[in-house]
Amino acid sequence: MIQGEEEKTASLEFSEIVTSRLGGETIRRCYQCGTCASSCPVAKITERFNPREIIKLSLLGKKDEVLSGEAIWLCCSCYNCQERCPQKVEIADLIYALRNIAFEEGYIPNIYSDFASALLDDGRIVKISRFYEDKRPALGLPPLQPTGVDALRKILSATGFDRLQQKEKSQ
Amino acid sequence: MTSYALFLGCLIPAHQPNYELSARKSLAKLGIELVDLANMTCCAPPPVQSIDLETSLAIAAYNICLAEEADLDLIILCSGCFESLSMANAMLKADEQLKAKVNKILSKVGKEFLGNKDVKHYLQVLIDDVGLKRLKQSVSKPLTNLKVAAFYGCHALRPSELLKLDDPERPKVLETLIETVGAKSVEYLNKLKCCGGLLKGYSDDLALSLAREKIANITRAGADCVATLCPFCYTALDVGQVLLKGKFNEIYDMPVLHYSELLAFALGIAPKELAITPATHKIKVDKVVSKIS
Repeated sequence: MIQGEEEKTASLEFSEIVTSRLGGETIRRCYQCGTCASSCPVAKITERFNPREIIKLSLLGKKDEVLSGEAIWLCCSCYNCQERCPQKVEIADLIYALRNIAFEEGYIPNIYSDFASALLDDGRIVKISRFYEDKRPALGLPPLQPTGVDALRKILSATGFDRLQQKEKSQ
Repeated sequence: MTSYALFLGCLIPAHQPNYELSARKSLAKLGIELVDLANMTCCAPPPVQSIDLETSLAIAAYNICLAEEADLDLIILCSGCFESLSMANAMLKADEQLKAKVNKILSKVGKEFLGNKDVKHYLQVLIDDVGLKRLKQSVSKPLTNLKVAAFYGCHALRPSELLKLDDPERPKVLETLIETVGAKSVEYLNKLKCCGGLLKGYSDDLALSLAREKIANITRAGADCVATLCPFCYTALDVGQVLLKGKFNEIYDMPVLHYSELLAFALGIAPKELAITPATHKIKVDKVVSKIS
């Protein structure tokens, strides 16, 4: 296969994968106008992040570059880009979709693996300390209700989320 | 009396009793009953959405199911929780296929998402159930002469198509509520920009840069304090100022309060009943409290 065709196949494959994911459905509507990048508070302060660039690389099939890089993790999820996109590309959501694929492929930033562990252990990603829990009656707050950890673990098991976590642990 | 199931989330009980107390006491005073339901979990906010969107939807839907079973609409204080649950509620109500997919997951825990309840931000409850007229009449200590910078954060407003709280580019609900309790809402540059909170833990430097710009702009506008809605934004601005002092030797001394704390003051609830301590407010709010009492 000549090089141009190879690239074309790769790009079709990756953008198809993204399009088939929850959150990634709209990526192919992008016509690279750059409204997203000019609305982005992170792009304003660093060259390490540019939403238009992430979409371009994804559409060109640069899968490994997109998934292994830091850029997809530098979105602050403010949704400014998504509000303003003239093509109604759901940019913030498609960055979640890219992160989801990165997670499945084992590209997992430490902080996110901490979030996943906390969710499995406590049913929450922020632990509530005994200190504040014990102080609640004195402050005039009602006792905390029990967390539905068992139900949550069953949900995580049904969706395969717990296996994502094991994948990370085994690395 | 109007009743709601309270979705408390984790950051508020973990770190911000000042938020919880001011909200509970103010809402009680305004005739809104909050019901604490058992077995709620994490709301599945952006960090969990980043790992798996489908799981996040199922977790959010599970929590909404608990409210459906109790036959109550949900009220939410934290913007992160509001976004997760409100977005899931709107998406699942609009998409039968997605709903079926999520219900298949929920069947493992004996739940079924029906989509017959509302997920409301507490500001919506103030507007819709209490109403501006009655809210104004309930103010016993108007916050006259207090200049307040409204801080929306991102996830009370956006994605606006699903959250429907206010116009995402020109919102006015928070300014209106600030003025209803007698304070003056002050404008500042880039008011709707992000606090950077969600970058914390992955890129602390970028997170702090975003918070720095917000605090600098609010200070320049001559505000007496900031009114926040979200525990994440609150920490980014309050703890952020401590970090900015350490890193750049910049001192802003800009008090950060949740809107609910200002509301509580205006309703005549004594500040000493609201867990205002050096642990909950890294930047002292004495100047604000003395200005209103």
